[in-house]
Amino acid sequence: MRALASLFCGFVFGWGLFISGMMRPDKVLGFLDVFAIPSGKWDPSLAVVMAAALAVTGVGYALLRRRTPIFETQSHWPTQTAIDRPLVAGSILFGVGWGLVGLCPGPAIANLATLSSPVIVFVVAMAAGTLVHDLWYARSVTPDTPSLAQANAADG
Amino acid sequence: MANFTPISAAIGGALIGLSAALLMLLNGRIAGVTGVFAGLIDPTGIDRAWRATFIAGLIVAPLSAALVGFTLPIPQMPTNLIVVAAGGLLVGFGTRLSNGCTSGHGVCGIARLSPRSITAMVIFMAAAIVVVALTRHVFGG
Repeated sequence: MRALASLFCGFVFGWGLFISGMMRPDKVLGFLDVFAIPSGKWDPSLAVVMAAALAVTGVGYALLRRRTPIFETQSHWPTQTAIDRPLVAGSILFGVGWGLVGLCPGPAIANLATLSSPVIVFVVAMAAGTLVHDLWYARSVTPDTPSLAQANAADG
Repeated sequence: MANFTPISAAIGGALIGLSAALLMLLNGRIAGVTGVFAGLIDPTGIDRAWRATFIAGLIVAPLSAALVGFTLPIPQMPTNLIVVAAGGLLVGFGTRLSNGCTSGHGVCGIARLSPRSITAMVIFMAAAIVVVALTRHVFGG
């Protein structure tokens, strides 16, 4: 049931990305291009997508805060709160890659549906970047480093 | 603002929010694509089944949209595949290091008012804005 439930959630998420236009890198870059504001070519759509998504998620999470999920024994709420170097450095690297191409992980994966070869290149590189990180993390583990599973008990 | 599409943006955004709320209600999980994807491809990853089906749902959705008559546009990407691959590597490594992307930090984290996620979002937005400014207005046409 859990697998079926998350298939449905992924499906709704994918429709959201599709309808919002956020699968289109040109539209995302049109938002990030704030220097287009004076010429009137700026596209604020992404801000509306975020605002609507935050409103619905915010209300949903507030209602679910203390509820046990239907198909799991407990909710996996994030536990990390530290604003540390990995958070800052990772966000900078992610932002640079996002600005270069206009794809973040969700839209990149959804765009595999188009079978476009640059998208496949991007997703393979993204997977490689993820695995390189995990190998590097595994090598740097000391007795006080949290395991990757613990580190992942956070965020998304 | 000729390209502004507020209605489809609001509907699409609400669907993304609905998905995040439903995944928490049903499976008790954060709808962060970075975490879902990384846990799926990580050799030591656990709980692969629900991750795989979530990713499958992400891909099936635009296919079903095309089936019911919507146009599924081929994404406009940089023509230089080295740039595309570099972007993918940066996104994969960076989101894993910071433990979240636009969905995990941007939507789910900020919806919980997590200072950590708000910081991440401000930083990755700022970095992306700088890169777009440089590529479009300094080095680009």
